[in-house]
Amino acid sequence: MNEPLKLPKMKLPKTALDELMNLLWGEGFKVLGPVARESGVTFEEVRKTTDLPVGVRETQEPGRYRLSAGSAAEIFGVVNGAGSLKPFFFAPEETLLEVRRERHGFRAVAAPPAAPRLAFIGVRACDLAALAVQDRIFLRDRFRDTHYAARRQDAFFVAVNCTRSAATCFCASMGTGPEARTGFDLALTEMDDCFVLRCGSAAGEAIAARLAPEAASREQVAAAQARIDECAASMQRQLDTSDLPRLLYEEAGNPRWDDVAARCLSCTNCTMVCPTCFCHAVFDVQEIDGNMSRRVRQWDSCFSFEHAQIHGINFRPKIHDRYRQWLTHKLASWIDQFGTSGCVGCGRCITWCPVGIDLTEEVAAIRAGRGKR
Amino acid sequence: MTPYMISPARIIARRIETPGIYTFGMRLRDRELRTAYRFRAGQFNMLYAFGVGEVPISIVSDPAEPEILEHTIRVAGRVTGVMAGWKVGDIVGVRGPYGNGWPVEAARGRDVVIVTGGLGCAPVVGLINYIFRRRADYGELHILHGVKTPNDLLYRPRFDQWRREPRTHVYLTTDRPDKSWRYRIGVVTSLFDELTVPSSSIVMMCGPEIMMRLAAHSLREKGIAEDDIYLSLERRMECAVGLCGHCQYREHFVCKDGPIFSYRTVKGLFAQSGL
Repeated sequence: MNEPLKLPKMKLPKTALDELMNLLWGEGFKVLGPVARESGVTFEEVRKTTDLPVGVRETQEPGRYRLSAGSAAEIFGVVNGAGSLKPFFFAPEETLLEVRRERHGFRAVAAPPAAPRLAFIGVRACDLAALAVQDRIFLRDRFRDTHYAARRQDAFFVAVNCTRSAATCFCASMGTGPEARTGFDLALTEMDDCFVLRCGSAAGEAIAARLAPEAASREQVAAAQARIDECAASMQRQLDTSDLPRLLYEEAGNPRWDDVAARCLSCTNCTMVCPTCFCHAVFDVQEIDGNMSRRVRQWDSCFSFEHAQIHGINFRPKIHDRYRQWLTHKLASWIDQFGTSGCVGCGRCITWCPVGIDLTEEVAAIRAGRGKR
Repeated sequence: MTPYMISPARIIARRIETPGIYTFGMRLRDRELRTAYRFRAGQFNMLYAFGVGEVPISIVSDPAEPEILEHTIRVAGRVTGVMAGWKVGDIVGVRGPYGNGWPVEAARGRDVVIVTGGLGCAPVVGLINYIFRRRADYGELHILHGVKTPNDLLYRPRFDQWRREPRTHVYLTTDRPDKSWRYRIGVVTSLFDELTVPSSSIVMMCGPEIMMRLAAHSLREKGIAEDDIYLSLERRMECAVGLCGHCQYREHFVCKDGPIFSYRTVKGLFAQSGL
């Protein structure tokens, strides 16, 4: 469990949330928050508290997600939906270059994205951790991705510390939650009658000052921390990360990979909902008049049959190979590549797997069968 | 600037190596880019055909003349099929250089063993020419090449030419000889029976992974260290900058950590199929 942070905490009435959204819109941000839509929640434009799924909770199980009635006054009762922050910064599809035909030859012009300043309300610790992982890949590797950078630079985050977990959550195992530790401008812990507020940046402090918060009492701070600790302690799933990456490297021949391959549909859902998966296809789309060709990037998945295919050879032709690649990358080789796990414990790959494959269970089975061939 | 930016280059030479294999000489059009462009032997560019797509192709010309870039392209699919039609004067796209290159510095003063297989291997042609242009800097040069059938030996005159160079030894073998075959019969590893080299030699390989794996075993038996055996790997690449994810070989991004790896680095991965 994480050590509680020793930063001054304040208190806001729940009605201050409307004012916070107003302030952010007034600062020129497009403000996004969880909105109940059909049978899930997605990040969409929000202007007032009632746009948020007030009084709603969700149940998540492997392969199952349902919204249900929660406690009436609870604003942030839904832990998460299928969508993370990822699509807002690493776009599912975007044009990287426009290549225009000229009288002799062509000219390539960068196509920088229209990048509105985004503010997010109700971001969970796991998703902030996932964003830090994506930052490491797109901003701090050998080649800096300018499209990601343009979308990312001015974003503002209002985190909500989790006081309940979904059955598929395991952030406590991954060290990413349930309390937001870094990467936020403001963090809220929702109590029955107020929010306990903490600032995480100068921009956050400036906005918070305009909400005129009161100092939180020692008892209120302790009560908020207790809710977070209780959430961590009650988490139903665990993932033992000890001896990774070695475990999965050594167990490339473990029979469990055949077992999971027999269940996996290679549908790519897990990679689409994963907040850190970064694989993408790069291809060229010619306009119908033949004078312009766009270089496009689109999310891709290591579960696609062609992902590791070149002329005449497919290096991962079997679902066995592709599931092993995904899980080994996520939990093991990612650490060698980027110094961090690729998994933040959000549980989305478990919930949104149509056959309910649970990576925590797969890792446990591989660990239990260590050395078996 | 976006790492995906494409720079136009003009085709200044076109040579047919053999039906389906073409070598193009090209010059970047932008003077500033052209004079600043440097590469190492064994690096590659992403070449672009307008409106069609991009493919990774190694640079086979000499790094001492970086204003002219030569690329040998084998027609293998849609994009390379279009590239086969490139003519002198055409404007094409270049992005690079990418990858790490051959260990030509580490090889100085040592005997060099080059092992290739299959339908020829452009990256080693550039390497062999690199050594010939600096012949005094290197010891004995051994070139070992294995093909399935004699028809797969695409550059027969070139091997004959190399054989005539001083301190150069060429070894050819085929699994399935025909009447015209004058060289050895057997898989590429059978060539190692003939090879006598000091254990201080350095080895550079390119070709099918199964061949390189077997060759590495034979070379280890000759006392050559794992760190002195280098292999060029091939994987799908769509970005060449370590972001698209396609070229991953467990923890390695072949585009930015490779495409050339020491045997020590990849030997554990060779043992497992489907990685």
